Amino acid sequence: MTTATTAFYEAIEKAAAGERLSYEEGLALLEGDDLVALGAAADDLRARLHPEGYATYCVDRNINYTNVCDVYCTFCAFYRPPGDHPESYIRTRDEIRQKLDELYAVGGRQILLQGGHHPDLRIEWYEELFSWMKSEFPDLHLHALSPPEIHHIARLEDMPYEVVLTRLNAAGLDSVPGGGGEILVDRVRDKISRLKVDTEGWLGVMRAAHNLGIRSSATMMFGHVETDAERVEHLHRLRKLQDETGGFTAYICWTFQNDGAAPLKAQTVGSSEYLRMLAISRLYLDNIANFQSSWVTQGMKIGEISLHYGCNDMGSTMLEENVVSAAGTTYALNEDDLHRMARNAGFTPRRRNFFYELI
Amino acid sequence: MNRDFMRSRVQRGPLGDILEKVEAGLRLSFEEGVRLYEAEDINAVGFLANVVRERLHGDRTYYNVNSHINYSNICVLWKACKFCAFGKKEGQQDAYAYSLEEIFKMAETLGRGRTEFHMVGGLHPDLPFDYYLEMIQGIKEIHPQLHLKVFTATEIRFLADHIAKMSVEETLDHLVRSGLGSLTGGGAEIFAEPTRSRICKGKHSGEDWLEIHRIAHNKGIRSTCTMLYGHVESNEDRVDHMLRLRDLQDETGGFTTFIPLAFHPENTQMDDIPSTGGMLDIRNYAVGRLLLDNIPHIKAYWIMVGQPVAQISQRFGVDDLDGTVVQEKIYHMAGAKTPHELTVNDIRRLIREVGREPIERDTLYREVTRQGDQWAVHA
Repeated sequence: MTTATTAFYEAIEKAAAGERLSYEEGLALLEGDDLVALGAAADDLRARLHPEGYATYCVDRNINYTNVCDVYCTFCAFYRPPGDHPESYIRTRDEIRQKLDELYAVGGRQILLQGGHHPDLRIEWYEELFSWMKSEFPDLHLHALSPPEIHHIARLEDMPYEVVLTRLNAAGLDSVPGGGGEILVDRVRDKISRLKVDTEGWLGVMRAAHNLGIRSSATMMFGHVETDAERVEHLHRLRKLQDETGGFTAYICWTFQNDGAAPLKAQTVGSSEYLRMLAISRLYLDNIANFQSSWVTQGMKIGEISLHYGCNDMGSTMLEENVVSAAGTTYALNEDDLHRMARNAGFTPRRRNFFYELI
Repeated sequence: MNRDFMRSRVQRGPLGDILEKVEAGLRLSFEEGVRLYEAEDINAVGFLANVVRERLHGDRTYYNVNSHINYSNICVLWKACKFCAFGKKEGQQDAYAYSLEEIFKMAETLGRGRTEFHMVGGLHPDLPFDYYLEMIQGIKEIHPQLHLKVFTATEIRFLADHIAKMSVEETLDHLVRSGLGSLTGGGAEIFAEPTRSRICKGKHSGEDWLEIHRIAHNKGIRSTCTMLYGHVESNEDRVDHMLRLRDLQDETGGFTTFIPLAFHPENTQMDDIPSTGGMLDIRNYAVGRLLLDNIPHIKAYWIMVGQPVAQISQRFGVDDLDGTVVQEKIYHMAGAKTPHELTVNDIRRLIREVGREPIERDTLYREVTRQGDQWAVHA
């Protein structure tokens, strides 16, 4: 029979009533497998936070400015090492202009700009790129550079995060994506991304950004080497920072995708684990308003169902996605598909901007 | 176990009266079936289905080590069934009919270590009745232990009327003597008119499909039953379909399993219809579990809905994930992106990960014990 303890149901009931869960209660949730109960409670919370019956999305595209990276995360199939590698690239202005033209042609006004840790790109390179983008495309929203990239630039330039962020912000950076969060526990990070920014660094970049008025999203990549306790630890740290700053606009979690391209050999966990973790996150993160569905990793069918497991948002149309697809999982959707996904789940699809304002 | 959270939540909600009936083991009505389709709260529907599922099967999820052989795709209904990407006209490019030699050769390897062959094909205008009899007899000679779950009611009707030219009873008798073990559940589509005529005008009626299963059940031949959804049918059509299956099951008790089949539009005459969504997939399993109180098993055919939906369906009424399946053609010709085969380990993981217990079964749901290719069933 469904294995779930009394503590599991007590925690669900508490969260569904709108009360905050303790670390122990979060852990109790991870010890039960009553999937529909978790889904129902998460759905209730979603409905309380977003009673309008909308499933929102934005039209944006990914641009990866470089795939050169020297942190060698074991779960990643996207990067190429520095030096002469035939598949290495740094996107030229012409290439970027073409991508932005394509985005504007479909009515999009936002990009997610991320890349590897290129050892030779200095802060001026980013500043010039951002200023150029903003002069060519003044109404573009630039959702750019995850905390590991900011941390990398700060280290390269020997500057505090605040200075890097202030300069990049002045050049055109509008918000910071939550990439590189993975699991915010150093034991896990040492195993899967030893050279990448540590837990304090990731949180430090986000804190600095939020304090400067720069909003960001939060992420979680799970289903690899972490324990249940470390998953709760991750959620706990995000919630704590959000209490402090209120700067996270949204949360998105996804499962590690393994098709053999990355060195990390963990088995990709299934849809039930995705939905379970998603629902638990919704119950635990009472102070982050928006939850995005990861249909990119889970497919459209689970994407629909995720709208009843805590998500109120379908993320973006993902005009170009290179990182997850480098690991073999790739689902591309157009706006019609997103509309169908929302309607099939009983919601009205609504387009939004980065700040979750309806368009 | 404390289920009060979900139970009281459902009790307070719009499905509270249905919960009461489900807990009392009472039969649900047509209107209640339609309400389950219309209910916004998919998790409440899943909870209800799970009550029945766990009452019947606990945490057990069954799977089967099987293979498919689709002996021919040549079909006189190639144009009539608009939802089909498999059937071809004789002489058309890609049309094929395996010779008996080819089938025996395939069966030799495909049958090794498996407990079941699932064999269906098109309605071939010319193959003689002996082809079918020799096919199953020959396979049984190669693999005497193998259960042959073969032919849909639609093929039986066609063989009886046009090929064997004898009654359905006699046709089945001949097939059973040659080695037929049970019938497959295909060809049911949607029973209700006018929907049935919109998708397969010219195919035998829903009544005839049921009649053939009635005849088979009365002879002691077990079968499965299906419903094709996600095309032009209404919620009422779906509920009507399930209730007709329930009525026949009351009469005969011959169905082992209900299998909702998702329509795959690619390469069909209805390719303007989008693929089914995950919400509809899991809802069909759940409503099937709740309405079909007299059919023991509900199967998610992973080939069709994909592994992610098949996995969570085990929390929405499903207790069977079908088989390891080698050589499936019907859904793959309609654009299915699923693999052609899952290993036993893959299937067991799909089951374990969602907190269920994998049990290998044979066609008649007897537990199988296995050591490599050697297997035996418990009576």
